[in-house]
Amino acid sequence: MQIPVEGFMYPNEVELQWSVLIVLYPFITGLVAGAFILASLERVFRVQAVKPTYRLALLTALSFLLVAPLPLQLHLGHPERSLEMYLTPHRSSAMAMFGFVYLWYLMAVLLLEIWLDYRHDIVARSQSEKGWKRLVYRLLTFGSSNVSERALRIDERLGYFITLVGIPSAFLLHGYVGFIFGSVKANPWWSSPLMPIVFVFSAMVSGIAAVMLLYMLSTRLRGQQIDIRCVDKIAQYLLYTFVIDFSLEMLDLIQRIYEADESFRSLDFMVHTRLWKSQVIIQILLGTVTPIALLGLTQVVKLTETARKRIYGLAGCLTVIGIFAMRWNVVIGGQLFSKSFLGYTTYKMAFATREGLLIAIGLMILPFGILWVLVKLLPPWPDSGSLPASGAPAHGTS
Amino acid sequence: MDITRRRLLMLLPAAAMAWKYVQAGTPEAAPNYKLTEHWWAMLIDIPKCIGCGSCVRACAEENDVPEGYYRTWIERYHVADWKIERPDVESPDGGKNGFPPHADEGGKNFFVPKLCNHCADSPCTQVCPVGATFVSPDGVVLVDKNYCLGCRYCVQACPYGCRFINPKTNTAEKCTLCYHRITKGLTTACCEVCPTGARQLADLKNPKDPIHEYLRTHTVQVLKPHMATGSKVFYNGMDGSVR
Repeated sequence: MQIPVEGFMYPNEVELQWSVLIVLYPFITGLVAGAFILASLERVFRVQAVKPTYRLALLTALSFLLVAPLPLQLHLGHPERSLEMYLTPHRSSAMAMFGFVYLWYLMAVLLLEIWLDYRHDIVARSQSEKGWKRLVYRLLTFGSSNVSERALRIDERLGYFITLVGIPSAFLLHGYVGFIFGSVKANPWWSSPLMPIVFVFSAMVSGIAAVMLLYMLSTRLRGQQIDIRCVDKIAQYLLYTFVIDFSLEMLDLIQRIYEADESFRSLDFMVHTRLWKSQVIIQILLGTVTPIALLGLTQVVKLTETARKRIYGLAGCLTVIGIFAMRWNVVIGGQLFSKSFLGYTTYKMAFATREGLLIAIGLMILPFGILWVLVKLLPPWPDSGSLPASGAPAHGTS
Repeated sequence: MDITRRRLLMLLPAAAMAWKYVQAGTPEAAPNYKLTEHWWAMLIDIPKCIGCGSCVRACAEENDVPEGYYRTWIERYHVADWKIERPDVESPDGGKNGFPPHADEGGKNFFVPKLCNHCADSPCTQVCPVGATFVSPDGVVLVDKNYCLGCRYCVQACPYGCRFINPKTNTAEKCTLCYHRITKGLTTACCEVCPTGARQLADLKNPKDPIHEYLRTHTVQVLKPHMATGSKVFYNGMDGSVR
């Protein structure tokens, strides 16, 4: 297949190396980090208003985190060798070290926090359920069925400590993804010390928006009333984070425009042609300015509950689309121009190939499937009938 | 088939020629090759390159380079008058079949052969997650295709566009400086066939190598020096428009 090229590319550059699957990877890890940080608001900073989303945020983070390595795995030329990254890691490689950051976050933070938070429920269900469900819950207790007041207090303290560790870990997880791109000095579109920070804030934006949408959707599906105080608060946090994220991105842009180094003319042309729709229209106008304006509107104008809910829903959807476009523009945009700064190539997404659109759609649906299973297994709803232990801490068990 | 005396006499010269060809193609045995005694580099004399494409063809044949990918290639630069920052560059099929005459007769034209720069501080080896790509003790950047994951991070990290993913092996590939030849006392395939001597293999650790005299007496540069990769492909007569 002939790939359309404009100007001059080094001959080996014509073919893009990282496809849509690598776009999914920072998008998914961003949702994980953002969802976790939203959860930690309640746990560490005691923001009671967002409590209804605490467990849902944790389960969302886990669902997406379990899927995060799949696009990478599918993209590898030799997926069967991927474990070598853990067994014989090359310590100077940002990518090799990410494997450990991922494992740390999955095993030491997320799984442990969820387990501690749900342990009381799991023990209760291992006694009340019947058949295979009982077996599943018994397995999930990992032999720890002590739900005495003292044990639950220890759970609570330990959970608090893990969340404390989890916040910098979530920053590390996604900041590190930013570093994987930001440290490639050969690529001026990526190479920026701001990249990890922009990634962290954009992660928070996407994660908060996703959990807000999931909460609103799931509450409606369950025929329950949306806690408007909760979504008001989440929307407020979303707005603040978004403003910081947008400011950082604009700072990067202004710096590039003003410096106008050797790569600028080439990158500027790319933004005005190949990335015009995905960056200027979708990412900046639709995915950033519009949701910021909508969320800002709810802060300055007194609107009815229904209007606010609709605005939050719309702003949330636009935000997630905008952050996806941002990941697209970073990953794909960074490969469209030649490192000679004299030409441009084209990305043609395949459909039913290993790195095609179909697989990408499947990978985006998969976390929702996992979340559905997790929600069935470990209901996150405050009204889900979890059994309060006598004298158990109010947190997490509601 | 019966071999008659007459037929044998006819076959002998052909067999002798074939044997000579086989001998010429057999690399010189170098059992005493010591890795630590060499530090390989390459010198490219831009004014000498005529853009014939012999090097690209020889490389492809010697190393079984897949069609459409290049371990080495030639770029033709056309710089119109003072427009040094906007050169017109082309490399049709990597310059494998030479170049058609340039349409614009004004300005200046010259050819720039490219290959892996075998950087001492190479960004590609830095980023490899499993160390499948490495700098050998004699200064050649190599890829272990039996270990490479095919993650393509090295391809992204190379500032010179020298790497690609071999579609047959699904692993990273690049110029090896014909390692299988130079460790046996031969030169690289591209240097071997260059009709003008525009490419010269050099051993920086060998005090008798003519490269030392050359570097003393010529103005040489490396590609993209601001990348600080410790490139070991030295260019003589390189115009400021080359990137």
